[in-house]
Amino acid sequence: MSEPFAITLKPGTSLTNLTGTWRTERPVYLDRLPPCNNACPAGENIQGWLFHAESGDYEQAWRVLVQDNPLPAVMGRVCYHPCETSCNRGQLDQAVGINSVERFLGDEAIKRGWKFDAPASASGKKVLVVGAGPSGLSAAYHLARMGHKVEIHEAGPLSGGMMRFGIPKYRLPREVLDAEVQRILDLGVTLKFNAKVANIEQSMKQGGFDASFLAVGAHIGKRTMIPAGDAAHIVDAVSVLRSMEGEDKPMLGRKVVVYGGGNTAIDVARTVKRMGAEPIIVYRRTRDRAPAHDFEIEEALQEGVMIKWLSTIKQADIGKDGGEITVEKMQLDDKGFPQPTGEFEKLEADSVVLALGQDVDLSLLEGVKGLEIKDGTVQVGTNMMTGHPGIFAGGDMVPSERTVTVAVGHGKKAARHIDAWLHGSEDKPSPKHELVTYDKLNPWYYSDADKTVRPMLDIIRRQTSFDEVQGGLDETNALFEARRCLSCGNCFECDNCYGVCPDNAVIKLGPGRRFKFNYDYCKGCGICVSECPCGAIKMVPEDI
Amino acid sequence: MGFQPVKFYQTGTYTVGNRLLAADESSVQAGEHRANAINSGHRACQGCGEALGARYAIDAAMAESKGQLIAANATGCLEVFSTPYPESSWQVPWIHSVFGNAAAVATGIAAAMKVKGRQDVRVVAQGGDGGTTDIGFGCLSGMFERNDDVLYICYDNEAYMNTGVQRSSATPPAARTATTMPVGPEPGNVFGQGKNVPEIAMAHGIPYVATATVADLRDLEYKVRKAMNMHGARYLHLFVPCPLGWGTASHDTIRIARLAKETGMFPVFEAEHGEVTGVLKIRHKVPIEEYLKPQKRFAHLFGKHAHPETVARLQAIADRNIRKYGLLEAEEFENV
Repeated sequence: MSEPFAITLKPGTSLTNLTGTWRTERPVYLDRLPPCNNACPAGENIQGWLFHAESGDYEQAWRVLVQDNPLPAVMGRVCYHPCETSCNRGQLDQAVGINSVERFLGDEAIKRGWKFDAPASASGKKVLVVGAGPSGLSAAYHLARMGHKVEIHEAGPLSGGMMRFGIPKYRLPREVLDAEVQRILDLGVTLKFNAKVANIEQSMKQGGFDASFLAVGAHIGKRTMIPAGDAAHIVDAVSVLRSMEGEDKPMLGRKVVVYGGGNTAIDVARTVKRMGAEPIIVYRRTRDRAPAHDFEIEEALQEGVMIKWLSTIKQADIGKDGGEITVEKMQLDDKGFPQPTGEFEKLEADSVVLALGQDVDLSLLEGVKGLEIKDGTVQVGTNMMTGHPGIFAGGDMVPSERTVTVAVGHGKKAARHIDAWLHGSEDKPSPKHELVTYDKLNPWYYSDADKTVRPMLDIIRRQTSFDEVQGGLDETNALFEARRCLSCGNCFECDNCYGVCPDNAVIKLGPGRRFKFNYDYCKGCGICVSECPCGAIKMVPEDI
Repeated sequence: MGFQPVKFYQTGTYTVGNRLLAADESSVQAGEHRANAINSGHRACQGCGEALGARYAIDAAMAESKGQLIAANATGCLEVFSTPYPESSWQVPWIHSVFGNAAAVATGIAAAMKVKGRQDVRVVAQGGDGGTTDIGFGCLSGMFERNDDVLYICYDNEAYMNTGVQRSSATPPAARTATTMPVGPEPGNVFGQGKNVPEIAMAHGIPYVATATVADLRDLEYKVRKAMNMHGARYLHLFVPCPLGWGTASHDTIRIARLAKETGMFPVFEAEHGEVTGVLKIRHKVPIEEYLKPQKRFAHLFGKHAHPETVARLQAIADRNIRKYGLLEAEEFENV
């Protein structure tokens, strides 16, 4: 020390005092799993693509999105968005409109003609995908991007599966579907129509395929025995919805009774309403117990669909000029099961549409060794492979929830396992990060912002046309909505940790490179953890 | 509120920085090249609000004066933890005075700079609440009265912390300190005494008086920058929680400061020439218990031998602040 005592000291010389030795706990940065990502059946990195949308880089947002899901414009319309149900912002004001931003990105991609990146190199392997529904298309897309040669064999004359033959136009305009399917085919995927696979082993051998992915869906409408004078007036919901896509529209008459309480029942009722009929849904339980999503029930009621809760159809007497059905009133027992009351009622009816669920057509699997079929579905392992090596399956034909999003997720998962299997290895997904719950966040820091409401079509046009019911967001409100994201569990570089450290022990690494701790001086106070808005830092005990 | 907050952009101006904001819209603290007036290695306790507040304030003053700044520092925690011989954390020209005369020393520096024709060099004096509201009060009032060209910053942690948590004239009623023990019918510090120095400063009619907390960085930086653009005597009263003296968790420093503001216990406002010109509104009003309960210095007000009537008196103080300064959004304040 050359300075005279207590006269002057060099600036910043406290650096020789390593206050990090005081610490008993250290803060560490981590990425936690946002609840939206955790809830997404298609395994989308939602927080990841919203991050790019927040800065207005929609193309990058879309590219991150389609790493998991090739159908964002479809998904932004038909997905029941479990992500929003689990969104942490729901506990602050309302959930982020993830679904509407996804749709915006999907529509933007179609408008701007964004294409998928071509695979880096060809693997030389050939994979057969059976069925051009959401699961088959998703698998084909992922396999193609991995460099495999993919052929889709579709039994019908059009692509899309239940997206086309199950979901009405007013929820999913066909040009949107066609555009997203075409973009997958542009990757070099071959799609053969009217190519029903009768025997899977034979088809694989003939075509020289190394593996196959079955995604034939579930499109055989379940029937139930209803005593009827003339069975011609009892049809199933799937065939009604399917015939809407052809030249010959279904002839159902004026009074159409729809039997069932699922989403398909609602879809059929809303479809026939648009054709000028008067639909009435008959369902044996109550609204809160109906499998249909409540918002769909609400929209149906708005459009003038009648619903008769707690009722079953006992008999149908319908002739050429119409007739009537007999319904029995039900009541729920202690366990919530509907029980008959013995009270009957008659309803005018020109036809009855059964919407009681669907079965899988398993005929292509006859004679295949090792397959296990249970309750009408094909059993698959956690790697989506059936009991027969090299044959994988997904979508509605395997046991799971039957939605487009789940099907897309199956396609992705199967593609990864098929790819690994073709390389003689096993796909081991990296362990999931810990979930970030609302109590891990510091919501003080987020601006107050209510959810953007999507425009809805006028009620009159909803009752008379197949125009899309729900509108999309434009650029300004899509940006706003994206910026409502709390970025749960993932650093979004707000500089809070860097700012609030009383010991200047956080090093800012520059845009996109986040931060790191200077453990020489960090005293372990934990302010950075408390004041991190998104829960991307935690304290861990030091080894003492 | 004086500064223009960014309403949206995910976190707007609530966070220190924001990747969606342009560089010139961001805070001084978000910058990679901030002055870091107090360097790492200082000996403040874990989670020290004063160390944080001093860096916030002096970095902003450094940015506004383009690095031409001299700081005079009263005795107190800030001096003790930052400058134990032979080390100093300070990275600004800094001079240590005795406990009571920081304002006078700063006045002298300002006079010297004027004589030397160095109008570009600005002067800051700083001290804790003891050095400001008690021991240094005479010098401070004189500095105000002469309208000397100094920004005086008081880091208020509501007691003499470095000597062992003794009461100061800024200690709130009912708080336990080493000299106001929680015994007797009215435990803790007495009601009705103590000084409100921001209001006393306003009574001097000086150009600028402001209060701020470490929980609202953007508001604090705005006030320092504004003060640095004015001449004459200016006073900034900065609320800095003390984990050790208040008995709070070290990670709660900012949360406690936020609660002081959100309950109305610490009104955040600014005044020019004795007139209030702006207040930082309460965003989500909370009852006083939310502020008191995490602090061990108020622990005797709760639990088995609770003093609900004392809590009610503290709530009344907060309510009076809210009324007086118009801290709630719905209320109109005639002076604003």
